[in-house]
Amino acid sequence: MEDLSFHHPVRERAGGIRQSAIVGVVASGNLEVLVERVLPDAECAVEIKTAAMGFGEVWSAVIGDFVERYSPGGLKFSINDGGARPDTVSLRLAQAVRLIAGSDR
Amino acid sequence: MTSWQNNRAARDARIAAGAGLAHGKVVEASDATRLLEAVIRPGDRVCLEGDNQKQADLLSRALLAVDLSKVNDLHMVQSGVVLPEHLDLFDRGVAKRLDYAYSGPQSARIARMLFGGKIELGAVHTYLELFARYFIDLTPHVALIAAVSADRDGNLYTGPNTEDTPTVVEATAFKDGVVIAQVNEIVETVPRVDIPADRVHFVVKSDKPFFVEPLFTRDPAAITEGQILTAMLAIKGIYAPYGVQRINHGIGFSTAAIELLLPTFGERLGLKGRIATHFALNPHPALIPAIESGWVRQIHSFGSEVGMDDYIRARSDVYFTGPDGSLRSNRAFCQTAGLYACDMFIGSTLQIDLQGNSSTVTASRIAGFGGAPNMGSDARGRRHPSEPWLKAGAEADPDSPAPLRRGRKLVVQIGETFGDKNVPLFVEKLDAIELAEKLNLELAPVMIYGDDVTHIVTEEGVANLLLCRTAQEREQAIRGVAGYTDVGRGRDRSMVAQLRERGVIRRPEDIGINPLDADRNMLAARSIKDLVRWSGGLYAPPSKFRNW
Repeated sequence: MEDLSFHHPVRERAGGIRQSAIVGVVASGNLEVLVERVLPDAECAVEIKTAAMGFGEVWSAVIGDFVERYSPGGLKFSINDGGARPDTVSLRLAQAVRLIAGSDR
Repeated sequence: MTSWQNNRAARDARIAAGAGLAHGKVVEASDATRLLEAVIRPGDRVCLEGDNQKQADLLSRALLAVDLSKVNDLHMVQSGVVLPEHLDLFDRGVAKRLDYAYSGPQSARIARMLFGGKIELGAVHTYLELFARYFIDLTPHVALIAAVSADRDGNLYTGPNTEDTPTVVEATAFKDGVVIAQVNEIVETVPRVDIPADRVHFVVKSDKPFFVEPLFTRDPAAITEGQILTAMLAIKGIYAPYGVQRINHGIGFSTAAIELLLPTFGERLGLKGRIATHFALNPHPALIPAIESGWVRQIHSFGSEVGMDDYIRARSDVYFTGPDGSLRSNRAFCQTAGLYACDMFIGSTLQIDLQGNSSTVTASRIAGFGGAPNMGSDARGRRHPSEPWLKAGAEADPDSPAPLRRGRKLVVQIGETFGDKNVPLFVEKLDAIELAEKLNLELAPVMIYGDDVTHIVTEEGVANLLLCRTAQEREQAIRGVAGYTDVGRGRDRSMVAQLRERGVIRRPEDIGINPLDADRNMLAARSIKDLVRWSGGLYAPPSKFRNW
């Protein structure tokens, strides 16, 4: 197991009013994302527990692009990762933002 | 006086030597090895019919058991090295030299035997290429083939899995070779004549049906959201703008996803009748919902697929069938159709390099080529125009006068940036190059050359290589869809942004697709059972795909 943690300043607050949401499952090649609206509007945090060691650089790139693209201000993400591929991580994070924003598909 | 009929005399002598074991042309299975010892000479070129689906398995075992003092050092010229016995022949010394096309399940062992010098390799071919050589410099002395049934005269019914048989028999029988067929049964009258009796010299009745592998069945339950996203990008980003109607699909999950999205996503885009109407394709179960929804007008097949026989029989408007009602497949003709009469090939691969070359070879596996390079290459001899072919040609070469401009086949590589076990799809250097160095091969086994590839589709977007004008643009276009692989993270961000401005790279949002819409509910069938339901109960999946 490896623990990783990222903090980013964010342009704007994430939409919606839901306080928390959860997407995905902990399984091999998959991940679970818990998202909570607990931070100041201009901050975002991502805490990762991953089964795969040594992918810090890739995580950093994935999270950086995600924050840039979705501006998830005020959100804290807790990830339980079962060795998911980067594209799956991006997808789950985007799904988490959509879910907490409260809009349905 | 010079004799000009030595080969015919030799053929007649071989047949005479085998005739003592036969009643008419029929030989008991228990005498199969003795028949082969009588007919085959040391050093002969032998085609042991085996391709990626059907296998002359009884004859392989019989050949493996020959007395080495009578039969040895054979030169095997066969499209598939698939059964363990195919390689046991080399371990035992029955065979020495090999020319082949495909070795899927034996890919690791064949690599070990090549490294160990157990096999003298001629070359690894594509199917069409090996078939072509059967008529020029690799003509078999003896062909060992598989059929469903024979009559007493030796007329053969090959059934839905005709595959390579007519080609192998043509090359052997008309050039003084001997043709020996294993059949599942001897009947009074065959349902249809796939191979006429005068091309068949011996018939061996097998106690069990020849082995057929369900190689083209993909369980919709295993299709991921990532594959659905890439499939959506391909449909809306390539099929639609080029109006591609004549297609060959590879066998991966991404193309299965495309097949299952036609009646849902494709229908919503109003594409029915405008794309994906004619196929060179095996009878993929995943295409059943599109066929049932009226998308598909015609399919010609390389071989059949286990469980599809009744469905095909009931849908003869779509498939090629014989007077008996069952599928007639033909690998050589279908490969030719894929090469010359299709406007697009789309398939997956294991590795793509910075020039767009792709390979399914890894350091320890040599899977061979099969047919993909024939489908996935521009046919330089093509002369008939079509909308997608002309459009692709114009994108590649906007400056030439239209009447003198070649069209281009669309050759699309589709895949997720990371494959199984997080192995990156994109690499700086193909494993195939390392393998060629280790084996001292003059050519690295490249499946599809970069200069034939027109588009690469990943979850990150579509790269249109036709629009690249320099090697550097091409490299950045590839890096620009390579996601978080080392190759992808090594991109020049400003150049990738420029390529996106020009439409060389298109992101999902540029194509009007939200990655969050990629959902398994979009698949027309989400399980094998759904496919059975779509087929009205006509599709009978093999037991390994039944989980209900």
